[in-house]
Amino acid sequence: MKARKFNFEAVLFVVGLLVCWQLFAEFKLISPIFFPSPAKTLTTLYERAADGSLWPPLANTTVRMIYGWVFACVCGMVLGLLIGISRNAREYLEPSLEFLRPLPASAIIPVAILFFGLSDSMSTAVIAFGSVWPVLLASIHGFAQIEPRLLEVAASLRLTRAQTLWKIVIPAAMPDVLAGARVSLSIALILAIVTEMQASLPGLGQDILLAQRSFKSAQLYAGVVMLGLLGFAANASLVWAERRLLRWRPN
Amino acid sequence: MPGWLKGWVLPVLLFIGWEAGSRAGWLPLDSTSRPSLVYKAGLDGFKDGSILQATWQTLEAAMLGLALATVTGVAIGIMLGLSSRMESATRPTLDALRPIPSVALIPLALMLFGFGLMLEATVVAFACFWPILLMTIAAVRGIEPRLLEVARTLELGTFERLKKIILPAALGRLMIGLRLAVAISLVVAVTVEVVINPRGLGSTMMAAQQSLRSDVMYAQLVWLGLVGWLLNALTHRAVRAWPGGEGAPA
Repeated sequence: MKARKFNFEAVLFVVGLLVCWQLFAEFKLISPIFFPSPAKTLTTLYERAADGSLWPPLANTTVRMIYGWVFACVCGMVLGLLIGISRNAREYLEPSLEFLRPLPASAIIPVAILFFGLSDSMSTAVIAFGSVWPVLLASIHGFAQIEPRLLEVAASLRLTRAQTLWKIVIPAAMPDVLAGARVSLSIALILAIVTEMQASLPGLGQDILLAQRSFKSAQLYAGVVMLGLLGFAANASLVWAERRLLRWRPN
Repeated sequence: MPGWLKGWVLPVLLFIGWEAGSRAGWLPLDSTSRPSLVYKAGLDGFKDGSILQATWQTLEAAMLGLALATVTGVAIGIMLGLSSRMESATRPTLDALRPIPSVALIPLALMLFGFGLMLEATVVAFACFWPILLMTIAAVRGIEPRLLEVARTLELGTFERLKKIILPAALGRLMIGLRLAVAISLVVAVTVEVVINPRGLGSTMMAAQQSLRSDVMYAQLVWLGLVGWLLNALTHRAVRAWPGGEGAPA
């Protein structure tokens, strides 16, 4: 990577876009009921952050996302380990999984509502089901592709099965698993918002839907910006964790 | 037991257990229904045309969104792929927009378009835009530079250059991005319907659940699974059949 230099054109582009947006709103080319100016959007965001009304929904959505995601990661890793190292498990399970995988995750919302009602467990179940696939597929790949020489080393060191698993298998599959987990987290955020909108569970998803229903467009845009920031932060923190956890890798 | 048969063991056992458990009264009928009832509800849905109509509405929105995303994604992608200066100027803006979860735009699109096809198609388009854009940029970057030099020596016009050099050379990778986008388009279309839009399979499933017709709901769920699986298999074949797409991931 080149040394970071000030990217003048990029700044110009962003400023240009914001100015266009502001002018559009200023001259009311689109009714301000639908299209608030960026200044108004950011002021609303700032006001809501200052008076504290932004934080509870943000916390709710974040916790919801993480709950479902942790569930998905645990299930995905265990199942992935099973399928990755056992040919039998692969032959019995994989066709069923192949059928379930392209099923849109939100399609099981009505099923989950039947079983759990309009509750937080419903949302956790939906998020877990929807976000399990990337981490599962990555784990299968990671566990199936372990360098055989590493296992030979483990055998010649007379490591027990648990030791081999802990010291060799899991670290070797880690890069794949973590990459899958990152994709899973972005899906978890989407499904957290979806379940909040569908089942009126507290959080940013419900927040922006209510803002739309009462035509508070600045609040709606501010919520969308906030969700973008949340998505960015979630991804960035996992990239950071990946870098720390995989420091032992040569590249 | 041959390998292909093993894949059927789990689903078949599950179905038998489901049917038997339901007949024995161990499973609550109003939430778990029963395979035989689900099958009947599915047949009825096909007979009166309600399932096919809902499927068409879902696919219509998915395809319209996909088309919008393809046109804008490929056009912008080619521009940014050819000019690294333009790419570096727009990259921070794109990076800031990309983490916005597509579903966060549902209320926004609802405010602008109201209920209906356009609401769904715009949210689908936003979600599909990113993989297409990124794959197009990568595809154009991957074009053999000598080909572009040839275009320059032949003094081809912009349109000729696109038609004769850039699009054919980039098509293989582009198809891979497109395939990702096809899968995303169905998922997002159904999501918008489940959340709010009163049309398509997602919405008829929610309606069936709310009117306590779990048999109808499961029938549509299984059908949706089949549609998703078929779409996936079809696009996979299409990409593989394309020159340059042989190495496409499954």
